Amino acid sequence: MIESFLFSGFGGQGVMFAGQLLAYAGMDTGLETTWIPSYGPEMRGGTAHCFVVLSDKPIGSPLVRNPKTALVFNNPSFEKYDPLIKTGGLLIVNSSMIVQSSNRTDITTLNIPATSLADELGSLRVANLIMLGAMLAANHIIRPEDLKQALADHIPAHHTDMLGMNYAAVDLGMEHAVQVLAR
Amino acid sequence: MAKEMLKGNNAIAEAAVRAGLEAYFGYPITPQTELLEYLSKRLVELNRVFLQAESEVAAINMVYGAACAGARVMTSSSSPGISLMQEGLSYIAGSELPVVIVDIMRGGPGLGNILPSQGDYFQVTRSAGHGDFHPIVLAPSSVQEAIDFTILAFELAEKYRHMVLLAADGQIGQMMEPAELPPMRPLMEKRPDWALTGAGDRPPNIISSIFLVAEEMENYNKMIQNKLKVIRANEQRWDEIYTEDIDLLVVGYGTAGRIALTAVEEAREEGMKVGLLRPQTLYPFPDDRISELADYVDSVLVVEMNAGQMLDDVRLAVGGQVPVSFFGRMGGVVPMPDEIYNAIKEAYTKTTAHKAA
Repeated sequence: MIESFLFSGFGGQGVMFAGQLLAYAGMDTGLETTWIPSYGPEMRGGTAHCFVVLSDKPIGSPLVRNPKTALVFNNPSFEKYDPLIKTGGLLIVNSSMIVQSSNRTDITTLNIPATSLADELGSLRVANLIMLGAMLAANHIIRPEDLKQALADHIPAHHTDMLGMNYAAVDLGMEHAVQVLAR
Repeated sequence: MAKEMLKGNNAIAEAAVRAGLEAYFGYPITPQTELLEYLSKRLVELNRVFLQAESEVAAINMVYGAACAGARVMTSSSSPGISLMQEGLSYIAGSELPVVIVDIMRGGPGLGNILPSQGDYFQVTRSAGHGDFHPIVLAPSSVQEAIDFTILAFELAEKYRHMVLLAADGQIGQMMEPAELPPMRPLMEKRPDWALTGAGDRPPNIISSIFLVAEEMENYNKMIQNKLKVIRANEQRWDEIYTEDIDLLVVGYGTAGRIALTAVEEAREEGMKVGLLRPQTLYPFPDDRISELADYVDSVLVVEMNAGQMLDDVRLAVGGQVPVSFFGRMGGVVPMPDEIYNAIKEAYTKTTAHKAA
C-alpha cells in the first residue's frame, strides 16, 4: 500500500500544516511517512506546496509526479495539479477560491467551499482542516479520530484555544464531503 | 525512545547535541539555516557555545581554534558557504584535528539556487581544500541516517583525529520523516592529550600546519596517507538491496539513492533483474563491494543529482569489467522516480540485448 498526497495553496492558507498533520497521524497509526515542502523562491508571495507519502513499506521517493490525492486551495494550484492526479485519484477543490471545476472523468472531484465554511465557523484559518476533513470522507487511510489526536498533539502552543474549532472544522469538512459524495 | 516526525536539519542539530557537541560556529545559508537556528536556542539552553560568526571564513577559523583546544566542535553550511571555508578546512586537515562539517548541498555552480543538489561530490570527496587529503564523507539518505551519521561523524573524527564531512542535500535537510534520536551522551570528560590546554608542568603541545622543510612536510603527508589507508580498509559503508542474481546494478547515494530505490522496485515488478547499491560513505568509497558485484552483473547504472561525479569512482571500482552508464539531473532539479525508471529500462534493455547477441 502506498498513498501520495499533494497540498497546494497560497502561503498562509495552512497547506504545510495540513500536510504535516496528515503525516503525524500516519506515523501515529504505524505507517511509514514522509513530508516534503516546496522551499524554493516561489514561496515568497506565491504558491507553496507539500507532498505527503504514507506507506506500509519503507518510502523511497518522497516526491511524486502523479499524486493519488490532491488538495488544492487556489487557482494556480488547481491549474497545475488537476491534470497530474493519478487516474482513479481524488481531487479536493477549495471552491470558495477556485472558480473552475475539473473536467476529468477518471478521478473523483469534491468541490468544497472551504473558505466560506471556515468563515461561517468563525475563522478563515481553519479552511485547511475543512479540506482535510473532506478528504477523510473519501480516502479512509487515516481515521478522523487519529487526525484529531494528531491535532491535539501538534497544534502550536499559542493556538491551543483553537483546538475545539479545529475539531469542528474537520467534522464540518467530512459532513460536507459526505453530502457532496451522496449527490 | 519513540519515533518523532523530524525535519532533517533539526534532526542533525539535535543529534549533534546528543553526541556531546560543545561548541558550534556558523553562518546562515539556505537550505541548512534551520540547523543553525535550532542550535542557537538549544546550545544556549544547555549552557554550551553557540556563535553566529560574521562569515563562513570566520566560522571555520573559530572551529579550528576550538578544535585545537580539544573541544567537540562543528559547523554547518551549504555549497557556497563550504567553498568559503576551504582554506580553513585545509588548515584543519593539516593540523590533524577532529571536526565535523555538515554540507547541505544546493544547486550550483556560483550562487546557484537553494534547491537540492549533489554537485559538490568532487569538492567534498577529493579534498575539501588545497593539499593532499580526504575528509571522511558520510552521505545520509533519510532523516534517520542523518541522525545516525551525525553521531558516527563525531566518533570517526575522534577515532582517527580526522575531519568528517556529513554531505546531505537540501531535500534531506528540509523533509520530515519519523526518526528516533539517541539518548543524550555526556560531554567529553577529559581533553585529548594533544589539545592546547595550557602546558603547566607538561611539555608544550604544538598544533600547526606549517612545515617549511619539504621532507618534514612529506613525512606529515605520509602519516596522513597511512591513516587514510586504514580508513579505506575499515570504514567503507554502504547499503544494498536486491543485489542477488541481477543483470543491472544501480548505484546512487543520498536523495538520488532513495529515489532510485522506488524506480528499482518498479523495474523489478516489471521483471527486470535490477538491484541497488547505495554508498553511505563517499570517502572511503565502497569500491571493494562494487568491484565484487561487477564480477557478476552485466552492467552498472549510476544515478546522481549532478553531471556525473561519483560516476568516476564507480568506474574506478568497476575497473572496466562491465559498461557503466549514467543518469543525472543538475542545478537543483530532483529526478522523479519515472525518469530513473526510464534510465534503468534503457540500460537494462541494452544489457540484455547485448547478452542475447
